Amino acid sequence: MAISRRTLALVAGGALLALVPPIAALTNQPFYLDLFRRMMIFAIAAVSLDLILGYGGMVSFGHAAYLGIGAYAVGIPAFHGVDNGWLQWGLAIAASALAAAVIGAVSLRTSGVSFIMITLAFAQMLYYLGISLETYGGDNGMRLAGRSRFGGPIDLREPAVFYYVVLAILVLLLTLGNRLVASRFGMVIRAARSNEVRARAIGFSPFRYKLTAFVIAGGAGGLAGALLANQTEYLTPDFMHWTRSGEIMFMVILGGMGTLFGPVIGAVVLLLLEDVLSALTTHWQIILGPILILVVLFAKRGLFGLVAGAETRDG
Amino acid sequence: MSINFALLLEQTLNGLQYGVMLFLMAAGLTLVFGIMNLVNLAHGSLYMVGAYLATAFTEKTGSFVLGVALALPATLLVGVVVEIVALRTLYERDHLDQVLATFGLILFFNELVAIVWGRAAIFTSVPPFLSGHFRVLPGLPYPTYRAVIILVGIAVAIMLWALVTRTRLGMRIRAGASNRTMISALGVDIRQLYTFVFGLGAALAGLAGAMAGPVYSVQPGMGEGILIQVFVVIVIGGIGSIRGAVVGAIVVGMADTLGRAFLKPLLATIISPPAADKAGPALASMSIYLLMAAVLFFRPEGLFPARGRS
Amino acid sequence: MADTLLAIRGLSKRFGGLLASDRIDLDVARGETHAIIGPNGAGKTTLIGQLAGDLRPDSGSIHFAGQDVTRLDAPHRARRGLARSFQVTSIFREFSALDNVALAVQAHAGRSFRFWRSARSEPALREPARAALEAVGLGARADVLAARLAHGEQRQLEIAMALATEPRMLLLDEPVAGMGLDESQKMVRFLAMLRRRITIVLVEHDMDAVFTLADRISVMVYGRIIATGTPSEVRGSDDVRRAYLGEDRA
Repeated sequence: MAISRRTLALVAGGALLALVPPIAALTNQPFYLDLFRRMMIFAIAAVSLDLILGYGGMVSFGHAAYLGIGAYAVGIPAFHGVDNGWLQWGLAIAASALAAAVIGAVSLRTSGVSFIMITLAFAQMLYYLGISLETYGGDNGMRLAGRSRFGGPIDLREPAVFYYVVLAILVLLLTLGNRLVASRFGMVIRAARSNEVRARAIGFSPFRYKLTAFVIAGGAGGLAGALLANQTEYLTPDFMHWTRSGEIMFMVILGGMGTLFGPVIGAVVLLLLEDVLSALTTHWQIILGPILILVVLFAKRGLFGLVAGAETRDG
Repeated sequence: MSINFALLLEQTLNGLQYGVMLFLMAAGLTLVFGIMNLVNLAHGSLYMVGAYLATAFTEKTGSFVLGVALALPATLLVGVVVEIVALRTLYERDHLDQVLATFGLILFFNELVAIVWGRAAIFTSVPPFLSGHFRVLPGLPYPTYRAVIILVGIAVAIMLWALVTRTRLGMRIRAGASNRTMISALGVDIRQLYTFVFGLGAALAGLAGAMAGPVYSVQPGMGEGILIQVFVVIVIGGIGSIRGAVVGAIVVGMADTLGRAFLKPLLATIISPPAADKAGPALASMSIYLLMAAVLFFRPEGLFPARGRS
Repeated sequence: MADTLLAIRGLSKRFGGLLASDRIDLDVARGETHAIIGPNGAGKTTLIGQLAGDLRPDSGSIHFAGQDVTRLDAPHRARRGLARSFQVTSIFREFSALDNVALAVQAHAGRSFRFWRSARSEPALREPARAALEAVGLGARADVLAARLAHGEQRQLEIAMALATEPRMLLLDEPVAGMGLDESQKMVRFLAMLRRRITIVLVEHDMDAVFTLADRISVMVYGRIIATGTPSEVRGSDDVRRAYLGEDRA
């Protein structure tokens, strides 16, 4: 059986990620476990955005809002003494899916420039909402009372356990996402992106499908937010700031839009880049800014194409 | 409900003043969207550059008026340089590319001003000859400086109206907003027109920023907060339409200011004061987005779209 | 006895100062092939747009298969059996020819809220798609990326997509536009084969195609239909001659 370059790349990547905790333990560098876990959490956020951005062509500039909602869905119950992980994470997914449904219902009535600005505006609205929540820290945010509790062997306070939980969720999301984009539903989304007029002419009403995709992406983003709150053990409205949305978008582009696996690479590379640059100077953003511009202008295809070969981005 | 007339009038004027700032930003942005089909997230950076330059020039020359007067062409220059160096390649690209590239510009500019002037907020004071109040009505003093902003805004609006409706250039601008391919087919030098429009937008943003200094503080990232509201203005008003920018700016400026001032006491008459205390400010900052959602629900293309509806 | 499949009454559409459609009345019988011709600027594209559901008329009505579709949008009309091709080729360029047609099959089949099974592995979608491609003569090109097909092949692909939705009526906007002599003759022969099986309304400039295919022709000038009749009636009409030759406007 011939193994494609793509499959090889995916297996290698997965193996690498799976090996981080034992390697970190062996080399006595727990920092790396923390770093890669953080990268995977953002990878989950980026993959969820790729569903609507890369496959659906919906340039949502407010995706970070769902991370914020997910984070607060963990933080607020924890504040009140409810630390049941199933409840918190379930709430995170449900609340962000609901928000996505509302935001999508309004935003998807527009397209192009307006759509971008409106999703941005809605995210900002949620950001201000977060700031106004005095009880939960306002614009300073608050510490997470305690990590989500799941019972049994799953104790998120164990770094390696938490790591593998995140990895499992990432793999699950990629698997489900992969099926989704190839399914009938996925084909409609991709067709609407390719040529919306044509899609309508053969009888598709794209709105309901786009909205559904939007909700799915929102829910997944919420889960990423729940994970992020547990990771940093601190949550602030900054999670929802629009510059965060821009960062996640960059991860998608950098890794390869519409490839599902590309954004994982994008998350890793961008976070690594930010880490390296910020070690060089506190003014690292003045370097990052132009780098991002250059990527957009010259490297639009993304890194996944480089790694896994040309046949990765199909129609 | 003890809202007195004086307070209402004062807040209305504040709403108008904020609306002027929004209009100055929105006018440039909506033209750039409408004519060049360019999503420019870095428009807020031009506002910020205008504020910093005005502050710097005022310090150098000792005169506020001179400071603002110098900041305008300087910001225009910055805008033109950015257009030529970074934005020209983006006209042909899709909106996503434009969003991301101009996002990179934001990061760059925010850090640039932080390097030159530091991260701390700079508080500039209103120049002495414009400080103080004047009597709008007997018993109703209003800060002179804010009144001047309103007057400047009206003056600019009139000048823009004259430019757009009475001059050849304005005709090309209007034609471009309504059908871009057509005017280039008719032989109008597109690149010159684009650079002019962008420069004009930059100057207006710079003016807003220059005037903003004494009222709001000057700090890295100050452009983004107002930028998003400017987006709301444009979405409500209709892309490419100056008239829409005027109406949208006034509506949003009023809604935001009056909402902040009166929503809490208004709510307190309906629900309990402690609840109003919590909900009031939250609703106030959300109010303009809810307004935008409402407008979009009935008129997705805005109130005065330049392209017309089919 | 032919019954009416498409009934247009008093259709009017104004763009600012321009009256693009001026109280248009037209009946198309089931099984008929009806061509609409006219000089540029006559309003043919606007008419097509209103029939397809892209444009909302200012007044008047459109009845399709006995039902009022005037307020329905394009997807709904497509689902009712009104398929169309575009003047400027409009296909899913990043997908293969087979994918393109399979999408049309899927749209017709409904049930697109399926999230697990790969659409490309479904015979229920792929088989009819292959058949449609064979029918238009693109069978060998099924796996070619749509963007890489020749211009004429792309137009054939559009027809295949239209047929895959099992339509009651085909709305063809200049089907042979931009085609060379060989290609357009092939297309005309194919459309001639389709004529008996399906109602066709087509807009065309190519008079050979029009006179070969049409049962009846309507002539449009300045937004109005000035003549409707069989090809020989239209050829012999003074009004038509005057409209085309006397007041020719580019």
